[in-house]
Amino acid sequence: MNWSEFFNMGGYAFFVWTSYGLTLFVIVANIVSPILQRKKVISRIKRAIKRENIELANQK
Amino acid sequence: MIKAIWNWIQRFSSPKYFYSMSAPLVTWFSIAALLTGLYGLYLGLFVAPTDYQQGESYRIIFIHVPAAWMSLFIYMVMAISSGIGIIWQIRLADMVAAASAPIGASFTFLALVTGALWGKPMWGAYWVWDARLTSELILLFLYFGYMALQSAIEDQRSADKASGLLAIVGVVNIPIIHYSVEWWNTLHQGATVAKFDKPSMHIDMLIPLLLMAVAFKLFYAAVVLVRTRNEALYRDRNRRWVRELIERL
Amino acid sequence: MLKAYYHLLLRDLRLALRNRHELANPLIFFVLVVTLFPLAVTPTPDALRAMAPGVIWVSALLAVLLSLDRLFKQDYDDGSLDQLMLSPNPLMILVLAKVSAHWLLTGLPLVIIAPLLGLFMSLPTEAVSVLIYSLLLGTPVLSLVGAIGVSLTVAVNRGGVLLSLIILPLYIPILIFGANAVDVASDGLPVTGQLLFLGAVLALALSLAPLATSVALRITAAR
Repeated sequence: MNWSEFFNMGGYAFFVWTSYGLTLFVIVANIVSPILQRKKVISRIKRAIKRENIELANQK
Repeated sequence: MIKAIWNWIQRFSSPKYFYSMSAPLVTWFSIAALLTGLYGLYLGLFVAPTDYQQGESYRIIFIHVPAAWMSLFIYMVMAISSGIGIIWQIRLADMVAAASAPIGASFTFLALVTGALWGKPMWGAYWVWDARLTSELILLFLYFGYMALQSAIEDQRSADKASGLLAIVGVVNIPIIHYSVEWWNTLHQGATVAKFDKPSMHIDMLIPLLLMAVAFKLFYAAVVLVRTRNEALYRDRNRRWVRELIERL
Repeated sequence: MLKAYYHLLLRDLRLALRNRHELANPLIFFVLVVTLFPLAVTPTPDALRAMAPGVIWVSALLAVLLSLDRLFKQDYDDGSLDQLMLSPNPLMILVLAKVSAHWLLTGLPLVIIAPLLGLFMSLPTEAVSVLIYSLLLGTPVLSLVGAIGVSLTVAVNRGGVLLSLIILPLYIPILIFGANAVDVASDGLPVTGQLLFLGAVLALALSLAPLATSVALRITAAR
């Protein structure tokens, strides 16, 4: 089987490859979004800690 | 005895313990998902024979069917863990449910779109009111409802409980919805529409299909663990273990 | 327990009768929406007859949805909901009383006005009687399932759209079977199956929905 024949998918190339492309997109999105979420959560907590430390220092 | 088991469950379901134990699991699930997925893709795209009726377009089922299975499976996971969260007050279960919703919604979306892309060459239209696609669309609405309720309630605990109850009500309804949609469909279209689940599927097609289904499940396991870890960090943001962990980062 | 049920039921009915103009609103809405369709699509009797079951059922669904708010909203705002939950009677019974009142005030009027709409939509007589039966079996389920939704969203600000988002998907089976029963009846075919299904769903909703609603109310109140 040659490659152009494989990519042609018997004339259904658009439907098959759009489906597989979208799957790739959904999978990548599912990998990226929790990583971004983690970054956001950590930076939020860090900011909260900093704020509390400043408040503590001010009280003294 | 029961008390000992209970203590054990309490300890192992504490967010802190979960957080420290889950990191290697994420790696293992990801690797396993990648390997099964690649092998499944290889078998599905290169080895499986061409379908004599649908030609090459049938290769969409290697992602459509596993995605559709996942959409239902993840909803079940959500409902069961919500139930555990409501009945036994285990916070980790609530976190798992909340972490599952966006993943489930994305797989439902995938099942819908690939179903439409498969339908165009088969039915001549991107969207027909086929029973499977319609049920999938309603399932997507159920996911949206869950997520909307979860984000509408400020207080985290009651948001978990409220949306968890909704997930359970949804799970009781899913069989009824499924049955009535099937029934409605046969009424309006008859059995003329080709179905995915043909009883006699060639073994060379079945194996990649099952492999892809396993790969999707493993992938879900990895992603839900990462998301639950995030939830644990965020919800315990004022507790000491999170503070110590963040300061070490 | 039965006494508590009647007391609460009568209280809700009495309260509702005090502002009567509000009582008619869902009913007017129901008739109004159905009236829009001949104007928007076509007034030819054949076309109307074909879409009548769906149109009437969807309108009934929306009318009930819009009226769900008053099931718990006022009680939540003035604190009487908390009082109810403190009462020694099982919460399920009280929920059942409130849902019954809601159905008597919105579902039943819809059923009574439905023949008029059947006339508007040129439904044959047999179909009109089936329309009444199907609404009679279906609208209590709408109130029962709706109660779960309201009790989850009553404390949310501007929860109206949210309520429809979480409740409408759950209404789909009722819509399918209710509309289909009327559709089939206008072709002169038997509809026992559809009505039995609606009855079965009603029995299921009657046994499970008050439980889910009382759990939901406790969750809302714990906030």
